[in-house]
Amino acid sequence: MRRSTLIFLALLALSTAAVTVMAGGGLISTSFVKTLGMTLCLCLAAVAMDLVWGYAGILSLGHMAFFALGGYMIGMWLMWARTEAIVVQALSGQPLPPTAEEIRQGIGGQIFGVVGTSDIPWIWSFAHSLPLQLLLVVLVPGLLAAVFGWLAFRSRVTGVYLSILTQAMTLALALYLFQNDSGLRGNNGLSGLQNLPGVSAPQEVTALWLFWASALALAGGYLLAAWVVGGKFGSVIRAIRDDEQRVRFLGYPVEGFKLFVFTLTAVIAAIAGALYYPQAGIINPAEMMPIASIYLAVWVAIGGRGRLYGAVIGAAVVSLLSSWFTGGRAPSIPLGFYTIDWVDWWQVLLGLAFVLVTLLAPKGIGGLFR
Amino acid sequence: MSALLEVRGVSVSFDGFRAINNLSFAIDRAELRAVIGPNGAGKTTFMDIVTGKTRPDAGDVIFGDPPRSLLRMTEAQIARAGVGRKFQRPTVFEDQSVFANLMMALNAPRNPFAVLRFRPTSRHRDQVQDLAEEVGLAPHLTRVAGELSHGQKQWLEIGMLLAQDPLLLLVDEPAAGMTLAEREHTTTLLRRLATTRAVVVVEHDMEFVRRLDCRVTVLHEGSVLAEGSLDHVTADPQVIDVYLGRG
Ligand SMILES: Nc1ncnc2c1ncn2[C@@H]1O[C@H](COP(=O)(O)OP(=O)(O)O)[C@@H](O)[C@H]1O
Ligand SMILES: [Mg+2]
Repeated sequence: MRRSTLIFLALLALSTAAVTVMAGGGLISTSFVKTLGMTLCLCLAAVAMDLVWGYAGILSLGHMAFFALGGYMIGMWLMWARTEAIVVQALSGQPLPPTAEEIRQGIGGQIFGVVGTSDIPWIWSFAHSLPLQLLLVVLVPGLLAAVFGWLAFRSRVTGVYLSILTQAMTLALALYLFQNDSGLRGNNGLSGLQNLPGVSAPQEVTALWLFWASALALAGGYLLAAWVVGGKFGSVIRAIRDDEQRVRFLGYPVEGFKLFVFTLTAVIAAIAGALYYPQAGIINPAEMMPIASIYLAVWVAIGGRGRLYGAVIGAAVVSLLSSWFTGGRAPSIPLGFYTIDWVDWWQVLLGLAFVLVTLLAPKGIGGLFR
Repeated sequence: MSALLEVRGVSVSFDGFRAINNLSFAIDRAELRAVIGPNGAGKTTFMDIVTGKTRPDAGDVIFGDPPRSLLRMTEAQIARAGVGRKFQRPTVFEDQSVFANLMMALNAPRNPFAVLRFRPTSRHRDQVQDLAEEVGLAPHLTRVAGELSHGQKQWLEIGMLLAQDPLLLLVDEPAAGMTLAEREHTTTLLRRLATTRAVVVVEHDMEFVRRLDCRVTVLHEGSVLAEGSLDHVTADPQVIDVYLGRG
């Protein structure tokens, strides 16, 4: 194993332990634990982005679509199971025990009332089952990525055209989900996801569980990515990034490699999303708008692409700073004639940082080490 | 025994311009062949067609034993069938070590899942070591290819071709940018290689071609103008016309 991988895992374990201790001692709030857990999920998505862009050279600007799809898939079960418990509770006062059909109707009315129906869309067929819905977390984004990638790579769409195509994909998906009859509650999205069904532990405890799960997922994803890029496979995808035609003349099926990396990273992003949204509590189609995926690319660029720890640093630093600046905690700067309000000016600062890193440190923050 | 490579009546046009015009010729299994011709004669395009980079408008390209048409195969399939190519300017992966470059080229299963599971054994390492020695890069195995001199990059690329162990080797202007000593080394190597496989060398430099001492095909405007020994073709009035006419 490479030294940087070991150092990364050690640091991750240390910070996880530190957060756990501080949360137990009441030094950090539950909502901050959630913020940190979500940050770990974003770091995992950034590792996936680094794999597909930094190593294989495929600038996907649609990977947050897979992230959000993963969130939707787990969200469906969370919402269903919790609503079911509420409905059963409400009907328990009646003289006769409720039939399965009555419970279904109750759930349908509760979940889909906001979009003016109580019919349960067919895509919710598996929502009652956690194992099936967990399978969908992997299968739905994985299949979408495989089909999209197969079509795009087979036609040898590369470079900026591929980036535009991935943007179109995530935009189309978002616009579709914004519709009320998409089956996923339109712009309302799914909510109440922070309540884990069947768990009576309070939020400060479940927040830690999800934080640990996120840390574990990041460690696993990082190890997997390090293994993938560590051997000859890593050599080949970096070669594809630098000169794919040359790689073809070496006899490697370039399209197959791209498709593999694209699909694998989509699944990693989906798993990250499935852990993120229970901590965020809510998901809606705006999460899939192209800007989210552009941010992901910006984090990786700032952190340093082609280095897994660079991606993690970029995602952690930028997303934590972002929530600090936009959370109203950063003090405004009065200039007399004008007051710099960070909620608005953070974007400008981020844009500036991006330009500066691109110009002055093209290898990103991660490139400053070694 | 049939030829290893047979090009039959191949034509290709770029925006109405015929770069290759009804080109036909054949290469034997263990043959060294030089292809010469003025700039724009279609030499590189011919290599593009054989390696699958460019699809011809007409004709057929037959290769191997049993003979198969290359026209339905992808670049990667053609490479795996045994066609190796050395580019005009050295193309190695500058970001990676000499070792990684050679290891990538080494004959081994090429599909993503096999590559993912691949871990080099001591046999693979020995093979890479031998190749590096053969092309004079043994002391540089751990260096990043981008740091090598122009000549060393040419050698690395030749080493990668040897690692692929192709049946047919297409070499585009190998002497460009090489010192006299390197050229001599290159001709020796190419001639030795041609004892076990077919080697086609595209070259401008007549001195280099003379040293190769092999059959020569002269291309002009996308077709064969003359073929035979170097003395034979250089005595051909048409060939003289083409070279002098272009000045
Ligand atoms: N992709 C292409 N598009 C347009 N014209 C091309 C292309 N490739 C080659 N040509 C033209 O075809 C002719 C033959 O080119 P080439 O095979 O490179 O010649 P050579 O290698 O013999 O110097 C040239 O006139 C060149 O301009
Ligand atoms: Mg040429």
